Order: sequence, then structure tokens, then C-alpha cells
Amino acid sequence: MNPILTALIILGVLGLVFGIIIYFVGEKFKVIEDPLIDEIAELLPGGNCGGCGLAGCHAFAEALVTARSFEGINCPVGGAVLEGQIAHLLGIDPVEKEPDIAVVRCNGTFENAKSKLKYDGPATCAFAHNLFVGESGCPNSCLGLGDCEVSCPFDAIHINSKTGLPIVDEDKCVACGACVKACPRSIIELRPKGKKSRRIYVCCTNKEKGAIARKNCVVACIGCGKCVTVCPHDAITMENNLAYIDPQKCKLCRKCAPVCPTGAILELNFPPRKEVVAKDGLSISTEA
Amino acid sequence: MTKLKTFIRGGIHPRGNKRAAKLPITILEPPKQATIPLSQSLGAPSVPIVNKGDDIKVGQLIAKGEAFISSNIHSSVSGKVNKIDTVLDSTGYRKISVIIDVEGDEWVEGIDRSTTIKRECNLSKEEVVAIIKDKGIVGLGGATFPTHIKYMIPKDRTPEYLIINGVECEPMLSADHRLMLEKGMEILIGIEILMKALGVDKAMIGIENNKPDAIEHLTNLSKDFKGITVHALKVKYPQGAEKQLINSLVGRKVPSGKLPIDVGCVVNNSGTAYAIYEAVQKNKPLIDRIVTVTGPFVKEPGNYQVRIGTPITDLIEKSGGIPEDTGKIINGGPMMGKAILTHEIPVSKGTSGIVLFPEAEANRVPMLNCIRCTKCVMVCPMGLEPYLLAVQAEFSKFEGAEKHWIMDCIECGSCQYTCPSGRPLLDFIRLGKNKVGTIIRNRTTKK
Repeated sequence: MNPILTALIILGVLGLVFGIIIYFVGEKFKVIEDPLIDEIAELLPGGNCGGCGLAGCHAFAEALVTARSFEGINCPVGGAVLEGQIAHLLGIDPVEKEPDIAVVRCNGTFENAKSKLKYDGPATCAFAHNLFVGESGCPNSCLGLGDCEVSCPFDAIHINSKTGLPIVDEDKCVACGACVKACPRSIIELRPKGKKSRRIYVCCTNKEKGAIARKNCVVACIGCGKCVTVCPHDAITMENNLAYIDPQKCKLCRKCAPVCPTGAILELNFPPRKEVVAKDGLSISTEA
Repeated sequence: MTKLKTFIRGGIHPRGNKRAAKLPITILEPPKQATIPLSQSLGAPSVPIVNKGDDIKVGQLIAKGEAFISSNIHSSVSGKVNKIDTVLDSTGYRKISVIIDVEGDEWVEGIDRSTTIKRECNLSKEEVVAIIKDKGIVGLGGATFPTHIKYMIPKDRTPEYLIINGVECEPMLSADHRLMLEKGMEILIGIEILMKALGVDKAMIGIENNKPDAIEHLTNLSKDFKGITVHALKVKYPQGAEKQLINSLVGRKVPSGKLPIDVGCVVNNSGTAYAIYEAVQKNKPLIDRIVTVTGPFVKEPGNYQVRIGTPITDLIEKSGGIPEDTGKIINGGPMMGKAILTHEIPVSKGTSGIVLFPEAEANRVPMLNCIRCTKCVMVCPMGLEPYLLAVQAEFSKFEGAEKHWIMDCIECGSCQYTCPSGRPLLDFIRLGKNKVGTIIRNRTTKK
């Protein structure tokens, strides 16, 4: 017989047999996936950043389709626009959620917190944090070696070489939380972005006693408690010599910042302050 | 002449520079104010049992080690407790300490302060271990591992050898060397007590060949003691590391993840043996230690017997003050020690030396690329691949690092010492060990 013909017949028969087997196996172990998952996954940013707390964008879509609600599931990158689109697809109501942003709670610039030592080890915060207290002597200060910068998948946080502190790019930051996990000192926090990006927060995480904290850094929170008494909304709490402003309760009234003796409370993107005259006739602040 | 023993794998030969080796131990007066840190040993910090304003005598228990790995701490001075507060430690973080204003020098009754040598010891095994625990003895080689834990032998293990580390392979330091010369008899009695506590009849003292006087002295003295032999070892760093010393003396290898007891050995430092002699025979808790102060430009280097809690400034002043262009002060030896942030920290149980380096020698060389010369692989005494581990740790490939036995690293620093590209290998490996350790711990607690 013609060898070519033999080969063709054998291969043809083999192909047919395996084809049939594969068909039945495929029928038996069929995975039925909601086509919605793929549709939603297509809408998602596709960065697989993990900002939602799930394994990636596909896992996020799956979770959404099974839950059929936005409760506890949120894509910080897509924001409200994406949520609207997904809500339309799923036929549910979108949940209004304020966008968050990463906030660096340290103001220990080279000027505010003078370096007492020189560190020339490997440039990773994780190592330096284990090794020693930091160049300024503050155990909660930013080490400025840029673990957050490396971790950011959106190129939104950078170390400023003039201050030695990271700066968050407001347009790029999507509050995925990668830097929060990367920072060994838990300095970075996700806070609501606020209307017109206006925010007030305590720019310090030092829990030492006031005198010790102040020795290392002139803008440290010394735990004096003035802001707690002045706050009309009970938004400020004092724990371990450190004030914390609860962003949910804060109404951005701006009363706390001028009373802070060290200037640890920062106001961002507010219009310049007008001269305010207090009850006792003294001017509180004329600062911008 | 017989060939000198040493460990098989790796090792480096840093210059000795032991400037203080010929200088006898000076006993320092108690300081004006003593700061006694409460975390002086590996493991959990001790719990203070004194309060502000309490009157305290030398040798009084001030903090109890309550956790499994923890040790008792005794007062090294007499006076009043000023406060119990956080104080800067050598890393710059604040750790809780007891601060005592010194008044006079009054000792707790029952402590024998004479220098007469007492050899008889009729205590049982358990009694000796109880004394070691009670008197807060920790490993004085630098790692400060609580000694009594080493003597709680698991039931399925039988110790064969007691190994005493008189190697002092750290360059520049000479605290153990001087102690062996001046307190040889006491050390040998301490060893005898430890042998009884372990139930072994063989003890080996390993001393590097650069200390011929100590070898001769102890060899002569050990003729009186049954079972104790002194061995001269070839000079090679890190011979003083537990696993390397066992390899040098007994020829056994401690397998990965195992302890010396798994090959029938228990290792102690010669300084620890002396502390045990004092604790058992003289009833004296661990309240002082020998510290070497040295450095290339230190005016008068020296070996000092100081009370725990003395600020190291006092020691440096005794040695002629800080030289003008000092760039770095190191707590410990130049190989394993750590640079300290301030010279106001106190001497703790683990302070074996203070080394002052001038500015010119204090800085690192700039880091270049790895040229794959494998020098680090050749010197690694544990047979690891430091260049690989460092890269894996740098780029967070912790799974791979674990597979390549990163946890076996003894952090001797030989790889970094030998690297021609000046790469901070050990720094990255330490980072990796830290992370891998956390990963392993999480895994085991989950199960």
C-alpha cells in the first residue's frame, strides 16, 4: 500500500478517536461562566493592582457578578464612572463613594527634622527600619528610601529629593493601597480625597512624649490636645500622644490647624485664610 | 608538629589588629547613674519588679524573665531607682530601662566578693541549671542567648561534648583572651561545673593560634582537671560561630535547621563559663562583664571589667576620649557588631567591645555590579550562595531565597567582607531572613 495513504489513514483515525474523546470530556467537565463576567472584566482598568483586595480584575468581576451588589466590593481605580457602567450592565444601583487618596503623614523634611547621622546602607526602607531609627532620630519618621515609590503600580508617588519625603501625584493616585502595605512604618494612610481635594490631617505618626518628639522634629505632634478641645465635631481623638482626625466626622471647619503649636496639622488646597478675630480680641492666624 | 584543626568550608582572614591583647583587665568603679535595659537577652524583655524610689543593693533582682526565652536581670549598682522609662538603645529606638541613681556600693548579703578560688561543688544537675537561670546568665559571646535553655536537654538527645569557645575570632577584640589569661582557673572550674550539669566527661576548649599565651596557660592548668582538653586552632574567621567551632573541634556538621545538641554538643563561651563559676561558687549574679575598647586611633585602648548599665561614654573617656575624626562607633566587633547612634547608651550583657573607627575607614565603598566572581560562595562557611540570596531578597523573591537555605545564614559577614564590588550582601540577606522568617512563622501558625 502507498505509505502516504497509510499514514493519512492512521492519523485520520487517531484524530477522529481523540476528537470524540475530547468532545465528551469537554461536555462532561463543562465550566459554565456567566458571560457578564467577561463583559465586566473588559470594562475594568485591567491593571491587576489588587486595590480592591481581590486577586485581580477578573476576580473582581467574578465577585461582583456573584454578589450582584457593590457592598464591600469597590474598584478604587475606576471610580464612580466605572461603577455607573457596571451598575448599568448588572441592573443595580451604583453606590456613591467618595474617592480616596494616599496621604503621607510625615513632614520631617531635611529642614524640619535635621539629620543626626548618615546612613549608607542599602536603599530600602524595609531594611533600614529593622536596622535603626532613621537619620533624624524619630522612630516614626519617613525614611525616604522609596519603598512606596517602587511599589506604586501607577507611578503616582515619588520621593522629592529636596525634602526627602514622598509626594503623591493627586491626578495619578487611585488609592489602591500598594504604598500603604509597602511602608514599614505605616506612615501612609488612605483618606477621602475631599471636595476640591481639600483635606485636613495630622501630618505626623510619632507616638513618643511631646518633649522627645519635638527634639527630633520641629513639626511633630506633641500630643498637647489643643486640637481635641477646639474641634466642634468630635472628630479628633488623642491616643498615645498622637492626635488623629477622623475623616468621616471632620467637616473641614479649619479650627484645629491654627491652634496647633507645632504646625503638625496640615490643610491642603484651601483658599488663603482671612484674618479671624477670636472672642478675646486676639487674632488667631493670618497665615495662608 | 601536628596540623592545626579548623573548620572545612569557607572562612576569611581579616587582620587581627588586637591592640588591647597585652593590656590587663582594669576594674572600673560603678558609674554615677546606671541605666539597666530590660531587654538584654534574646527573646522577650524581662518584667520589672521594682518601683520608682525603691532602695536597691548590688545583686538584687530587678526584673524577671517570665517568658520561655528570657532572663532575669539584677542590679549592678546600689542606690535609688530614679525612674523606669524608655531610653535610647544602640539602634536608636527607645527601649524600657531601669535608671538607678548610684549611692555607695552596698552588696546583697551572701555574695562572696573575695578572689579566693573555690573548687568543690556538690550541687546536682538540676540545682546548677536552676542557679544559672536564677542568676540571669546569658551567652556572653555577643548573641546573649539565655544559657539555662541550652542545658534543658531534650529527652531523646544525649550530649557527648561540652565545647568552650575561647576562639575570639572577631578582629580587634581581646576581652575573652584577657579573661582566659587572668581567670584561667575560674574558667576551668566553671567548665567542670558545666560538665557535671550536662553529664558529659569530655570538654574541649578551642583557642585560635594567635593567642599562644592563653593556650599555654590553660593547657598547664587543665592538667589538674579530668576530661578538659585545650585545642589550638588555625586562625580563621568565623571560627567562633557555634556550628563552625563544632566542625573544627569534633569534626561533625550540624545539619540545616538543627541545633548543636543534635550532634551531641553544647557550646558555651569562655566568658560564660567564668560567669557560671561566679554564679555557682560565689553566688554572684551576672552584673558585670569584660569590654574591650579599641580602635585604630584610640589613645589608650583597654579591657575593662564594668558593671552592666555603665554608659559607654565612661569607658571611652577612660580610653582617652573619642578621637577627633571618629566617623563610626561600633558596639561589638568590627565584623558582627553594629554601628551605634549615640555614645550615651549603656553597656549591656551583650556588649563585648566598643570599636571606634576614624572617618576615613567608616564609610562603605560604592556599590558596583556583581561580576559573578563567586568569592562570596567560596568564603561562606555555611556553603550558601550569598550573591544569589542577596539578589533574591532585594527583589522580594522570598520563595526562592527560602529554597536556597537563606535561614541557614549565620550573618558572619564574610561574603560582604570579601566582595570586590562592595555589595551589601549581608544587609540584603538579613532583610531576606527577616521576611522569610515571618513567612515561615505565618505558615506554621496557620497550620
